[in-house]
Amino acid sequence: MGSPANHDNVASLATDFYSLLESFKETPFYHLLFEIFLVLTVLWLILFRKPRRIEKKLTEKEKQELIDEWQPEPLVPPVDANHPALNVRVLDGIVGKTIEIDGKKSLNFATFNFLNFVGNPRITDKAIQAVQKYGVGSCGPRGFYGTIDIHLELEERLAHFFNCEEGIIYSYGFSTVASIIPAYSKRNDILFVDEGVHYAIQKGVEASRSTVKWFRHNDISDLERLLVEQDIHDKKNPKKARTLRRFLIIEGLYMNYGDLCPLPRMVELKYQYKYRIFMDESVSFGTIGQTGRGVTEYYNIDRRKIDLISSSLEYSVGSIGGFAVGSSFVVDHQRLSAQGYCFSASLPPLLAAAAIEALNIMEEEDTTLCDTLMEKSKRLHQKLLDIKGYLIVGEDISPLKHLRLTNSQNTVARLEEIVEFAQTRGITITVARYLNDEHRLPEPSIRLILNVEMTDEELEFLCTVLQEARVKVTV
Amino acid sequence: MAKTSAHQKNRSYTNVVYATPVSEHPSLDEVYEVTPFSEAFWTYLNYVILNIFGWFRDLLRNARIENRKGSAENNPPGFVPLYQSYESFYTRNVYQRIADCFNRPIGSVPGATLDLLERVTDDYNWSFRFTGGKVKTINLASYNYLGFANNSGPIVESVINSIKTSGLTAASTTQEFGTLTQHRKLESLLAEYLGTEDAIAFGMGFATNALNIPTLVGKGCLILSDELNHASLVLGARLSGAVIKVYKHNDMNHLERLLRESIVSGQPRTHRMWKKILIIVEGVYSMEGSLCKLPELIELKKKYRAYLYLDEAHSIGAMGLRGRGVVDYWKCDVNDVDILMGTFTKSFAAAGGYIAGKKDLIDHIRVTSHSTAYATSMSPPVVEQIVSVLNLLLDNDEEHEGRRRINQLAWNTRYFRQRLTKMGFIVYGHPHSPVVPALLYSPSKIAAFNREMLKRGVAVVTVGFPATPLVLGRVRFCLSASHTKEMLDEVLKHAEEVGDLLNMRKSKLNPKRPFHETES
Repeated sequence: MGSPANHDNVASLATDFYSLLESFKETPFYHLLFEIFLVLTVLWLILFRKPRRIEKKLTEKEKQELIDEWQPEPLVPPVDANHPALNVRVLDGIVGKTIEIDGKKSLNFATFNFLNFVGNPRITDKAIQAVQKYGVGSCGPRGFYGTIDIHLELEERLAHFFNCEEGIIYSYGFSTVASIIPAYSKRNDILFVDEGVHYAIQKGVEASRSTVKWFRHNDISDLERLLVEQDIHDKKNPKKARTLRRFLIIEGLYMNYGDLCPLPRMVELKYQYKYRIFMDESVSFGTIGQTGRGVTEYYNIDRRKIDLISSSLEYSVGSIGGFAVGSSFVVDHQRLSAQGYCFSASLPPLLAAAAIEALNIMEEEDTTLCDTLMEKSKRLHQKLLDIKGYLIVGEDISPLKHLRLTNSQNTVARLEEIVEFAQTRGITITVARYLNDEHRLPEPSIRLILNVEMTDEELEFLCTVLQEARVKVTV
Repeated sequence: MAKTSAHQKNRSYTNVVYATPVSEHPSLDEVYEVTPFSEAFWTYLNYVILNIFGWFRDLLRNARIENRKGSAENNPPGFVPLYQSYESFYTRNVYQRIADCFNRPIGSVPGATLDLLERVTDDYNWSFRFTGGKVKTINLASYNYLGFANNSGPIVESVINSIKTSGLTAASTTQEFGTLTQHRKLESLLAEYLGTEDAIAFGMGFATNALNIPTLVGKGCLILSDELNHASLVLGARLSGAVIKVYKHNDMNHLERLLRESIVSGQPRTHRMWKKILIIVEGVYSMEGSLCKLPELIELKKKYRAYLYLDEAHSIGAMGLRGRGVVDYWKCDVNDVDILMGTFTKSFAAAGGYIAGKKDLIDHIRVTSHSTAYATSMSPPVVEQIVSVLNLLLDNDEEHEGRRRINQLAWNTRYFRQRLTKMGFIVYGHPHSPVVPALLYSPSKIAAFNREMLKRGVAVVTVGFPATPLVLGRVRFCLSASHTKEMLDEVLKHAEEVGDLLNMRKSKLNPKRPFHETES
């Protein structure tokens, strides 16, 4: 019953199959190809093709609706009318050792006038002569007839003062270091930066787009840790490591903390780990070292080991602008690549003339000015340590000191009260101002700046007033 | 226009007292002639030859056959090289050959005439030596639009006085003890001059842009910036952290397309709405000589609720009936521009920059600007120079000195541009802008033009790559109100000679005509 039928079925199947194969042989080749292609396409569609989300394009009407709906934020957020920046003291006259505020003379411990060159008659005379020869503005960038012979003279004098090969000047102190760093350090280069550097350096570091490695302020062991990490990383990829430049960005005397950088150890590490040192000596130029040549003189290190020293003409020298000194190999590059140099008008000649005369005075006085300043700083430091209730931040030889209140009482409001009180007694001091987006906002403090012409009695008076202010504020 | 200048030519200009203002409808006819094919070809060939020579010389230097000029590294080996050699290829092999055309030192006030310090080179521009001599030249290079660069006169007297009474610096930041009464006076005068509610001044023009744009926009904002914006604007935009989109120079259609697309698609990846949109433009572009299309920009800005930042570095004092910049020129409302920025280096012959606008904008900048918190305030003598110039420009004096200068500059601009164009030079830019670029195309011609003009006693600025596109090297004349017609005539005569020597007078739109002076 089953098997003959089955057998027949199988046989018929076999015949059918055989005839199928035969028919394959007879069909034209292109037909076969087409069928195979269709079968493969179906298989691919089923197995491999991911369902694509069809994004419907927006119609013009929808686009217009979106545009109509969009509302921007107001251009600027509302500002507190009591913010100290909107209620500054407006001064009159020369802001030198003494300032006149509200008709009363007060001693000035607030402005960066370390060597008391503001209002110096010799400098004033030279500036007037320069105006009578060159006018006020230079009317052009350095590349296009804005280079005046007085700029070249100032650059030579600065290079000579520091015993370096070449110097270069900028027309604004802030832009000096902020233009220098991006001129050398590009994307993918490595910057080892101290956390306590001032804002202009932070902006320069940001503008360079390099990889930044911050190390704790003045903490050599933290820096060594970072260097060792980088070294391990380099060994994994030596070919790439040979194209990455490394720089160490530090300050000679830190403006936000008043302490010196541990330069000798950093120079040792330089030759061990092969990075270049860019040091910013804005505050230490003219104030540290026997003849005012900065931290390298203080530690007795050969200045050729530091690749670039940048500084400002706005603090000790009493002019406006900034400069950098170093070897020709390093400094010359800035003449074509530093943005603040190439795309900006040059320094007004009267300010350059004033800077040259200030350098003349510094070279004549040689050791007298700076030694005196360091001595007075030490004495002031001792006297301040004797006052109860204040924390003095900074080296003893630093003419820039930060004063904080002890314990948890250190707030900006209290410090402002102290400043107000001191003003009524005839002492001008200031709370250090910072913007909120600093990399590491320093604690609130009063920034005390010592002028070399202050006498001992005046320093005593300052300490008395600070003591009284402390008592008044805590009560 | 040709008729008026023919009429004016018959008057004597030995002492120009041009009292009638040059009031015309602001015209929209900026012309940019297409680069002739032959010029493009020869310029590219020029670069190819320079490259071949450069490659060959580098080969010689690397093989130590030729001495490597320039200084060498003083660190021991093992340090990663400070500069990539291919980055400085252009500097070593192209720029160095014509380096004597740049960085020329001067020894006098940069007024209508200039004393250049003569310098010679013994080793093909690698180093220079001063001979001690001075070359007197007519100055068409300095940014002295209103001619206030002087070393004598009442303004200089008041500057000297201010040095004696206020010193050279307050040595303190604006937020601490750096604000003097002069600064406040400057700011209020500036606000009065520009017609805004308030203004704030800074010590450096470059820093004004780079340090203040980050306080206005930040992450989550969009900046639409013109292709040819200045380096300071680009730096400020980058530092702010906002998304930057560049539109083709003065192309309002492209700008509108970008605005529409950006608002519709929102921030990249997250598609959130933008917080703010800021359009950054310049009043007069210093390399092209073109003006921004302010009325159209204001219309676009209002339609899409964006904010407008106008950088009037070259146009303040130089454009407009009353010298108040492009806003005055186009007769727009100054309240429509949200942020007016400018510099004091060009028309005021001082140094520094300013931002002006509504009071809450300026208050915000006073509180958050990097410059007021960390940078030393402006030097008092410089402030005094600006205040004196502003007083003149506000027309407060009986002699109307400010008005005279503005008119003189406008007349000089039209005269010079017309004659230069008629000579057959290819001149770019707006017919009323005091910056006059004439195209030279190839780097050798820009060097030759510069040197030939110097031989004839005219100091000009010639620029090439990278300040301009690769084949569009040019000479840029900066006119000044202190140039007399005789000086301009002399310059044009020399330019005609040198143009013939270099075969540059080949404009198709304005073919050269033999131009004969009818006056002696």
